[in-house]
Amino acid sequence: MPEEITTWFLIGFDALLALTLLGVAWRLLAGGDLFRSVVLFIAFGLLLSLAWVRLSAPDVALAEAAIGAGVTGALLLVALGRLRRLENRFFRREGGNT
Amino acid sequence: MIRRRFTSPLVLLMSLTLAGLLIVVVLDLPPQPGLAAPVADAMDRSGVRHPVTAVLLNFRGYDTFLELAVLMLAVLSIWSLGLRDPIPARPVQGPVLHGTLRHLIPVAVVTGGYLVWVGSSDSGGAFQGGAVLGAAGVMLMLSLPREMPMPSALVQRLGLSLGAFAFLAVGTAGLLTGHGFMGYPPAWAYHLILGIELAASVSIALTLVLLFLGGRSRRVRHGR
Repeated sequence: MPEEITTWFLIGFDALLALTLLGVAWRLLAGGDLFRSVVLFIAFGLLLSLAWVRLSAPDVALAEAAIGAGVTGALLLVALGRLRRLENRFFRREGGNT
Repeated sequence: MIRRRFTSPLVLLMSLTLAGLLIVVVLDLPPQPGLAAPVADAMDRSGVRHPVTAVLLNFRGYDTFLELAVLMLAVLSIWSLGLRDPIPARPVQGPVLHGTLRHLIPVAVVTGGYLVWVGSSDSGGAFQGGAVLGAAGVMLMLSLPREMPMPSALVQRLGLSLGAFAFLAVGTAGLLTGHGFMGYPPAWAYHLILGIELAASVSIALTLVLLFLGGRSRRVRHGR
């Protein structure tokens, strides 16, 4: 009996994980706010590394958590900060001309 | 918004058709035995005990070498775009971040080193270890965004190319000693792989920090 319960628990966990991944992916692509999308992307990477663990690929899971979620997230955040700074500079110049 | 009202059902229809076709194709795939059995047969000659590392660093070392070269080229092309501007982050007030980093960075260095070392027998390796080291470097940069001292241009360039060139040197030595390009003598394979992984993790960590900083620093000039 306990074995069967474990199996059902794992199936439920996998289904929940897959649905959450799809939901987070949808939210991060459909949302208009870039900062929110980056944060959701980091969350997506962490959930995806859990999915790799469930597929018994711990090597890929480690790489996904460290590079996919961590470093890519930091790179996207710093790129977003630079974009905002560029935008501000551009609009200030435009505002001065008109 | 009018355009959106007309296009989105069409996009939905096309996406669903594509998804359906993909599912049909995947369901029709014949069962493949995969490469697990040939890898398991050759494990005793690979020098390591973890099949993933054996494939990445030995059997398909050429691919991993090219990955390292791509990372190096990414930083070089960003450097060619222009000078680095300051990170869009204010210096953090208060002692919390600095105190935390003082404890966190040694832990990150030990964790990264462990991940590189454990790659020969279990999950881990140069990319994972390098990413942890790189994350520690990014945190360090964020704690002192204005006055972080950077190593000289020569040190930056050497560190950046260390992994790819160590791999290339070992691969060429394999060619000259008759083990084929990117081949190792089986007796030395473990030490060579560990050395390549250590060099690669340093390069990967430096690559990630330099990608985060973006642009070439004022100390790296063209033609010097």
